[in-house]
Amino acid sequence: MKNRFLSTLLLLVLLALTATINTYANVWNSPHHADKVKQDILFSSFSAPPKHLDPVISYSSNEWSIISQIYEPPLQYNYLKRPYELEPLTLTTMPSVRYLDAENNEVDKASTAVVYSEYRLTLRNDIRYQNHPAFVKNNDGSLLYGDLSADTLDTINHLDDFPQTASRSLHAADYEYAIKRMAVRQNHSPILGSMLPYIVGLEDYSKTITDFAKAHKEKKQAFDLRPHAISGVKVVNEHTLTIKIKGRYPQFLYWLTMNFFAPIPWEADLFYQQAGLIKKNLTLDFFPVGTGPYTLVENNPNKQMRLLANPNYHDAFYPSITTEQAAATAIPVELLADAGKKLPFISEVIYSLEKENIPLWNKFLQGYYDASGISSEAFDQAVQVSSAGTMGLTQEMQDKGIQLRGSVKPTIFYMAFNMVDKVIGGYSESAKKMRQAISIALNEEEYISIFTNERGIAAQGPIPPSIFGYEEGEAGTNNVVYNWQQGKRIRKPLADAKRLLAEAGYPNGISASTGKPLVLHYDTTATGPDDRAIMDWQRKQFNKLGIQLVIRATDYNRFQDKIRKGKTQVFSWGWNADYPDPENFLFLLYGGNAAVTTNGSGINSSNYQNPEFDRLFNEIKTMENTPVRAEKIKQMLAIVRQDAPWVWGFHPKSLSLFHRWFHNVWPNEMANNALKYRRIDGEQRAQQQQQWNQPVIWPLILFVLFIIFMIYPLFRAYRARQTTVISNNQQGNR
Amino acid sequence: MKLTFLWTDIMVWLLVFSLIAWGWVVLRSPQVRKQWQLIFQSAIAISCAIVLLTYLFFALLDSVHMRFAVEPDKTAQASTQTPPNETQYQGEMVSLLDLLFSHRIKQTERTYSAPFATHEHGKSIVVDDQSGLSKQEYLPLKYATTDLKNGKSHSFDIFQKSFAALLIGLMISILIIASHIKWRSHLQHRCFNTQLQHIWQGKTLLPWRTAYSTLLVIIVIFTWLYYLSYSYHVLGTDKVGGDVLYHSLKSIRTGVLIGILTTLVMLPVAIMLGISAGLFGGWIDDIIQYLYTTLNSIPGVLLIAAAVLVMQVTMDNNPQWFETTQERSDLRLVFLIMILGITSWTGLCRLLRAETLKISQVEFVTAAKAFGVSKFAIIRRHIMPNLMHIILISVVLDFSGLVLAEAVLSYVGVGVDPTTHSWGNMINQARLEMAREPMVWWSLFSAFIFMFVLVLAANLFSDRIQTVLDPRNNT
Amino acid sequence: MFAYIIRRLLYAIPILIGVNLITFLLFFMVNTPDDMARAQLGAKQVTPELIQSWKVKRGYDKPLFINIQADGTLATLTQTLFVQESLKLFAFEFGASDAGRDIGSDIKQRMWPSLELALPTFIIALITNISLALLLVLFRGSALDTSMMVIAVMIMSISGLFYIIAGQVVFSKLWHWVPISGFETGWGGIKFIILPVLLGVFAGLGAGVRWYRSIFLEQINQDYVRTARAKGLSELKVLFGHVLRNGMLPILTGVVVVIPTLFMGSLIMESFFGIPGLGSYTIDAINSQDFAIVKAMVFLGAVLYIIGLILTDISYTLFDPRVKLS
Repeated sequence: MKNRFLSTLLLLVLLALTATINTYANVWNSPHHADKVKQDILFSSFSAPPKHLDPVISYSSNEWSIISQIYEPPLQYNYLKRPYELEPLTLTTMPSVRYLDAENNEVDKASTAVVYSEYRLTLRNDIRYQNHPAFVKNNDGSLLYGDLSADTLDTINHLDDFPQTASRSLHAADYEYAIKRMAVRQNHSPILGSMLPYIVGLEDYSKTITDFAKAHKEKKQAFDLRPHAISGVKVVNEHTLTIKIKGRYPQFLYWLTMNFFAPIPWEADLFYQQAGLIKKNLTLDFFPVGTGPYTLVENNPNKQMRLLANPNYHDAFYPSITTEQAAATAIPVELLADAGKKLPFISEVIYSLEKENIPLWNKFLQGYYDASGISSEAFDQAVQVSSAGTMGLTQEMQDKGIQLRGSVKPTIFYMAFNMVDKVIGGYSESAKKMRQAISIALNEEEYISIFTNERGIAAQGPIPPSIFGYEEGEAGTNNVVYNWQQGKRIRKPLADAKRLLAEAGYPNGISASTGKPLVLHYDTTATGPDDRAIMDWQRKQFNKLGIQLVIRATDYNRFQDKIRKGKTQVFSWGWNADYPDPENFLFLLYGGNAAVTTNGSGINSSNYQNPEFDRLFNEIKTMENTPVRAEKIKQMLAIVRQDAPWVWGFHPKSLSLFHRWFHNVWPNEMANNALKYRRIDGEQRAQQQQQWNQPVIWPLILFVLFIIFMIYPLFRAYRARQTTVISNNQQGNR
Repeated sequence: MKLTFLWTDIMVWLLVFSLIAWGWVVLRSPQVRKQWQLIFQSAIAISCAIVLLTYLFFALLDSVHMRFAVEPDKTAQASTQTPPNETQYQGEMVSLLDLLFSHRIKQTERTYSAPFATHEHGKSIVVDDQSGLSKQEYLPLKYATTDLKNGKSHSFDIFQKSFAALLIGLMISILIIASHIKWRSHLQHRCFNTQLQHIWQGKTLLPWRTAYSTLLVIIVIFTWLYYLSYSYHVLGTDKVGGDVLYHSLKSIRTGVLIGILTTLVMLPVAIMLGISAGLFGGWIDDIIQYLYTTLNSIPGVLLIAAAVLVMQVTMDNNPQWFETTQERSDLRLVFLIMILGITSWTGLCRLLRAETLKISQVEFVTAAKAFGVSKFAIIRRHIMPNLMHIILISVVLDFSGLVLAEAVLSYVGVGVDPTTHSWGNMINQARLEMAREPMVWWSLFSAFIFMFVLVLAANLFSDRIQTVLDPRNNT
Repeated sequence: MFAYIIRRLLYAIPILIGVNLITFLLFFMVNTPDDMARAQLGAKQVTPELIQSWKVKRGYDKPLFINIQADGTLATLTQTLFVQESLKLFAFEFGASDAGRDIGSDIKQRMWPSLELALPTFIIALITNISLALLLVLFRGSALDTSMMVIAVMIMSISGLFYIIAGQVVFSKLWHWVPISGFETGWGGIKFIILPVLLGVFAGLGAGVRWYRSIFLEQINQDYVRTARAKGLSELKVLFGHVLRNGMLPILTGVVVVIPTLFMGSLIMESFFGIPGLGSYTIDAINSQDFAIVKAMVFLGAVLYIIGLILTDISYTLFDPRVKLS
């Protein structure tokens, strides 16, 4: 009986395995369907389900990596050109600017009378939305599915359940509608605060429209924004829109590449406001409606998301640049091969939920994901440094035909001192020296080497490479922390740090006046398993100066709360560029943005405030990238380096690996809509997956043999038992 | 130097002393004495007990903390206007175990290295000063190759040192065992040689032969590990170059503390509520039943996670409770123990209630009630002694469960402080290490072995206790 | 019988209120509604007005337990966060998570993957444990029995995390037998759950076999078994005809209580193997401090547990005629 059971179990397992073999053609461990592998489908992953796909609120990179493929703001960054260059996406040309004085008369650009600048956006006329039930209309122009009855709702669980879909062409009013939605407070737009001082009329509009929205919400009515206009945003005709900006604000063009300015059709807004649909998780936040190259057809944040190529997508072509331009920015020639071809190349993208690094990496090596980042655990396996000091792939990766591309991100990770703290803050000479001493002692190069596998460069100031104002070589060296020796940056010796600390009144970390050791509190949101090592390391760094570092680990909420109230001493944080302009980094140190003085809403979390720096900042804020601007930025950098409100930390380098069947991969840290340029060779992928994933069968055979050999002795033992059991048992039980 | 006591230190020493006192009181009863003798008649039980005592020994060794005075600095003295009268102590406190391993604490390497390795595990970029070229190389370890300079081979060096360690270990254990035999022969008025002979032939009542060999093996292993730890990283180093052997030994304290202190915390509650529910009945019973059914119906991990989050916030709002990181992580350990205690008393409470109900129906108890013997006296005289075996069994059974639970909680992110040495933290980190190529297996391996031996010993020991003490097995 | 079930269900209400009270107390000690708003609204540029409007939208602007501003004495107690939210829970209306998704439909969706993992694990484990235990009882006292018992203790003494880590490395990474992680519904999904199921079965093997073995041994020492054997029945017939049948009652009552909680899924397995069930849902909610989800899951867990208790009582009456519910 027992044996029969075991053999049935075994048979079942074998059956299941053979079934798998049949469906997945010789590979047992493929997480995908065999027929899909051969097509030009991209297999990618997401680590956390995107919270918001509504462009009015979405602001994190994992959300943008999806919605940027679906929505199209007016402008985009050129995929290949460096330094980053803007180009029209849904416009016929770049927006034209008129400068106006207080009476709305056009004046010269350089004139001091400039009060407003007016941006004129002219749309292409061949752009259509994806097919969507919201666009299906009755004869009177109202939405067919705008007021669904309870009965109809019962049959609808997915957008596919609507019998009809339709499309329409893009209208300038859709861009206006997006700006209007931004103004509604209930939509929680994260950039409303930044836009209020710039877009004319937005402030008043936001106040009135928020009240309207509230009233409608209480009455449970659908709220249509079309009748309410913003004074500074005008739809001139079907394809022209003007936006009036207070003063000069050249960075506004960068904002126009962001999804906040992507068109929202009013039909979709009204359609998705139906309570019955919200109940079924069918909202604009989960199912976007756009004009872009892809449409979101499946959104299961617990498992997978699927993009399909948009059949209505307008003509768009792979960018062509000259070979000289390519050579100047080290762009490989194979990236130019598709120049002028119609986009997009990939017909479908499947994002699967992958929360952990380890399975993600292993699946990539098995060929089941087309591209991957490199976690620090996998680094040794993937990358080695060539004799020229550049990073290259290991033999193992090269054999697999894997390729590597990388770039320094426009990001800075820094350790900040709270400048309003009694011990570490302040602008006295001794406080400055203390901070400088710590900056020297904290060996960023070692940090980069241990914890990021050399994937980063030590920062010399707040501005990362590829952003205007960043300088290489001696000119860009922070001479407070580094010496320039024989053409190299050398960190100052520890003795210098110790001397500085002694001059600050803490020889060997012990207060000269009280004799007590210097204790600093470091706030962190450490929760992961790797953080312990980082904390140990940081303690070690401070210990070199005799300073005791007390680590206070908190969750992210508390951490933010402490920073808002200025209750910290030392903490680490980071900033990622919104747009490639130095203003976007220097404003982190602008006194007007200090967290404590702005009641926590300011972005300057170290509460640094230097009048000279602030004055210069106000000057460079609206300047174009001229040598004068460069000079002023240089002065600002010199000031903050001396004051040392941050230990400058490092700029991370992003490295990405991809398989040989994945083409046109070029890191562009600003553009999020790069998917349409990529290409996949499905046949080659299917072959390689077969080759790499042949199951190892001998353990299975051994196991089966073991079971068979076990059965016989057991059977014999049972027979023997049968004859002797009674006598034994009687003894045993007495 | 001054002794300092962390909260857990106080708790663990209190526990040890009360255990000794309790043992002394209880063992006066001949019946209990006989029971314990019966337990230790099993060879497995006695060797498990010795293993458990070894773990306890390391935990206690790590529970004596002290602070050293800061050496007065000359430059500081010179610049000080008012020289401090009292001595200043270092912020960091060290335990006896830290003192034993001070050579391995100070001498940290840069990053991963395998057990007994002389070079780092991964290649690093080395820039040649002359040519300016950079290449990848295995860097030598700083603190592992001290004796290999004069051309001695690596394996020979290990062999030589192992041999020496073996000899020392044997000597130490023989010394200890001999003195113990001497003491016992003195107690039993036998001469040393007959006693030795009895033991050798296995004729003693308790299996001393097994006990001595277990002790011998343990001592030899630890001398070997300790002796070689002066020259090598016996179990390798972790990501920041810390010695894995030292980490594993430090983790013993966390594991053992969570295992025994949690039951200690929950015992009074469980006993009190369980007995009152069973004995008094009525609305008291209803309330207590309601309480534990409610607590029981919340999924355990969720309750613990929620409580740990509360604790973290409370601690963040009260930074004055602790001066150093050590005190902070210690406080967190105390709270974790409390939380585990609060969530785990319900099972025992239910058992005790049922048993009390049964006992209070027995004739002599009803008779005692009728004679007007006070409830307290009934509890003390009739109920408590009859519940002892249930309590003991559940304490030992819970112990291994709790040690294992610590690892899982750390994985979920609601375990001990990330700065605390614990097997859970080691395993958690090892998950990332297993994905490396070549694999970094030694952290996981060490945590596995240390944990496995402890839990296995506890499980086997609890089996034996159950067999002997459970009345159902004595039929 | 029917009246008994009704009474048990009524008794469940105070328990569920107690459960709600505990979760509430714990969570609002940690999170102020402001914190939750900030966590949901993202890190960049959040203004106090935004937070206020978020709180109003989600109903977090009411006081926790006592509302002084409300009119009427009853309203001071009912117009509170606690009462309002609890009432909704009792109607199984979980509302929207703090991130904005409807929890009810999420739970419905995630329940099935959890079951697809938990049910096979449960059934295979039950069958394996019982058959191995019977095997050991058959050979009781032999070397096989002793050695298997030692192995069982060893299996028990290893942390479940080791099994998972080792299983993934060996079977998925080295031998390419199954996908490392992932999930799919239907028969094609077998390859994903086969490893977690087998690991789950194996990790529970030690404790399970020991438990069933002790149950069977208790039976085998009963008089009727000895009589049966004395009549000359074969060992196998004795085992299956008497020992297993009479052992069914303790097995059933021990097992029934677990069945409803299978819906809750396994926290560790699901997050290691990327299975989108309720277990990983819970872990994510803890990590992102999504109170609405945690509250819903605690409530659900409590309800399932109570159902399990009632089922146990019912199964007693069904399988043991001596027991009558009163």
